[in-house]
Amino acid sequence: MKTWIEKQKALIDFTLSSLARRKVKNLGMLLVYTLIVFLLASVMLFTHALRREAAEVLKNSPEVIVQRMVAGRHDLIPPGYLEKLGRIRGVQKKEGRLWGYYYDGVVKANYTLMAPSAEAPAAQKVADGKIVIGAAMARARGLATGNLISFRSYSGRLFSFTVADVLPHAAELISADLILMSEADYRAFFDIPAGYYTDIALSVANPQEVRNIAAKLAEALPDSRPILRDEVLRTYESIFNWREGIVLVLLAGSIFAFAIFAWEKASGLSAEEKREIGILKAIGWETGDVIKMKFWEGALISLTAFLLGYVAAYVHVFRFSSMLFEPVLKGWAVLYPRFELTPVVDGFQVATLFFFTVFPYTVATIVPIWRAAITDPDAVMRG
Amino acid sequence: MLSRNSHRAFVFLVVSLALFLLTFADASSHRAERDAALESNARLVAQLGLTDLCLFTEARYTRHPSQADLHSAFQDHPTGLEHFPSGALLPPPRALAASYENLDRKTKSAD
Amino acid sequence: MIKLTNIRKAYNQGRDNEFWALNGIDLNIEPRRVTALCGPSGSGKSTLLTIVGCLARPTSGRVHLKERDLSGLPERFLTDVRRSTFGFIFQQFNLIKGLTARDNVMLPAYPLGGDWRALHARAEGLLDTLRLGHRLSSRVEWLSGGEQQRVAIARALINDPEVVIADEPTANLDTALSREFLTILENLKQQGKTILLTSHDPLVIESSVVDTVVTLRDGRLVEGK
Repeated sequence: MKTWIEKQKALIDFTLSSLARRKVKNLGMLLVYTLIVFLLASVMLFTHALRREAAEVLKNSPEVIVQRMVAGRHDLIPPGYLEKLGRIRGVQKKEGRLWGYYYDGVVKANYTLMAPSAEAPAAQKVADGKIVIGAAMARARGLATGNLISFRSYSGRLFSFTVADVLPHAAELISADLILMSEADYRAFFDIPAGYYTDIALSVANPQEVRNIAAKLAEALPDSRPILRDEVLRTYESIFNWREGIVLVLLAGSIFAFAIFAWEKASGLSAEEKREIGILKAIGWETGDVIKMKFWEGALISLTAFLLGYVAAYVHVFRFSSMLFEPVLKGWAVLYPRFELTPVVDGFQVATLFFFTVFPYTVATIVPIWRAAITDPDAVMRG
Repeated sequence: MLSRNSHRAFVFLVVSLALFLLTFADASSHRAERDAALESNARLVAQLGLTDLCLFTEARYTRHPSQADLHSAFQDHPTGLEHFPSGALLPPPRALAASYENLDRKTKSAD
Repeated sequence: MIKLTNIRKAYNQGRDNEFWALNGIDLNIEPRRVTALCGPSGSGKSTLLTIVGCLARPTSGRVHLKERDLSGLPERFLTDVRRSTFGFIFQQFNLIKGLTARDNVMLPAYPLGGDWRALHARAEGLLDTLRLGHRLSSRVEWLSGGEQQRVAIARALINDPEVVIADEPTANLDTALSREFLTILENLKQQGKTILLTSHDPLVIESSVVDTVVTLRDGRLVEGK
């Protein structure tokens, strides 16, 4: 056993001093390799954490949202519509929701305006003339509690509100662009007469019943479009599936470029390397020794790249709020939430990443050496 | 100890491995810290009846993907190309589209 | 020490360019002596050297190392025998560029997995006796031809072989360095090493260090000294 360890250590010594001969080239390659792992791991950790965050937070959203469609577009719920729903069994609670979008030309940002329902707890009630705003919105307009702000409504009238409160920073991922106002203010601002609602939220007592209720709804009110919470959650689940998305598509190009480079580097044996293997064979190395030596080269490089890349990705995603992804996710939006994700590390995903980064490189290092390593040891003398 | 390349490599790998394992420890301690925030967020969602994450605010169908019109521009075809960068990151909710198709088929009148 | 019986060696056997480098060699190499193989290029002396040193196998014939028949040994055992019994000094030195003199010397011992400190000390000791103590950590390509050869000699000796095999050791050296090499050879002989070398350098063949000269021509022995 001791001999075996000494031997592996000697082989590692040799392979490292071999690598040290072309320091810049090999370090450069290690850096690129680490960067690739870093990007892959960042995407993986980020999307996985976001998916979990969505599932965790949105499990409390309304079970069923009923929209009314007119000419294929989402339209207001007219008065009396709510009552028509009442007769469907299993619906525990139904309430009209009031929310909409407002484009603020000053900072070129979209806000989501919302009137908390009459049944919301007192903490979320907003008095007339006051607003409660999301943190990103407050940042964009430079607002603090007590400030006054005016919006020109779609009817052309100017409305002024006092900021009563700013929603906590921790809630940015769900509330960054929100403006909460009283129902009266909301109806006045958007010119929506009493009795009209944006959509209807239904509470269902028995979760097993949700699908039946949706089917009954569709039958009773053919112009309605029920949106089920389960489906929303499932959608978020698949939206942030890490295999999807442009980041990976973009990354694929660089991954392939690196794969070609690594293959070339690892497998393209130069005449010099072939000569060296011939020398090693002539001075008493076995084929197996040469292959083991090369295995250590591949394993050390890929293991280093994996460990460093992964740790850097973890720090990037969970300690620096994925700041490299911000431009991609932000897109054309002006408001972007500043959020910290709850770290979730999925062992299976880490194992997958490990397998797909460490394994191919090590194999690519060993396989071509095979042919060179089985050359006759007397080749050196003949050459 | 550090006079040999193999020893240096070994120490380096052990340190890297320790950092790697540290991320798991950090994740679980950080998760405990974040639990309160998660809970209060979930409460806010329940109180306000929120339906979506506020990640992309540039258009109504990216702000509330689950509430978007199915027939708004670039959304009516599942593979329709998008002009917003985030639209490329976030495909039309397929599950919703599927359920809508089902409802479509249930209409008794001829198209 | 080493007994060759009716050794024949063919290259490209069965093909159009089939070529018999050795045609029935019978030779006995005495222990603790210096044996020189000489002859014109193409006479088969290098081929004979590879067969004696277990770098290659004869097409037919038998090789005995101290009563042990090496002809039928599998590759693994042959490598084992080679690295414990023989040390090689090649004509082109065949050092590995970019590594230090010390690393080059230690190379043949790596697969054996011996104690590293002892190996380190042995390599430095060998380089010291070959007056290369000041060049331990220099890359081999920065050394002069004579120094490179001494590194190659140290490498051949690292596993303490019984037999040292040298292929045209003075081909790349001037007269002064060649004489120095012969002095080193003398020392090795006194240490009890068996030495087998090829050369067509009169300086070597006529030197008093060489005990036996074997002349080859067209793959056959011509005469002995």
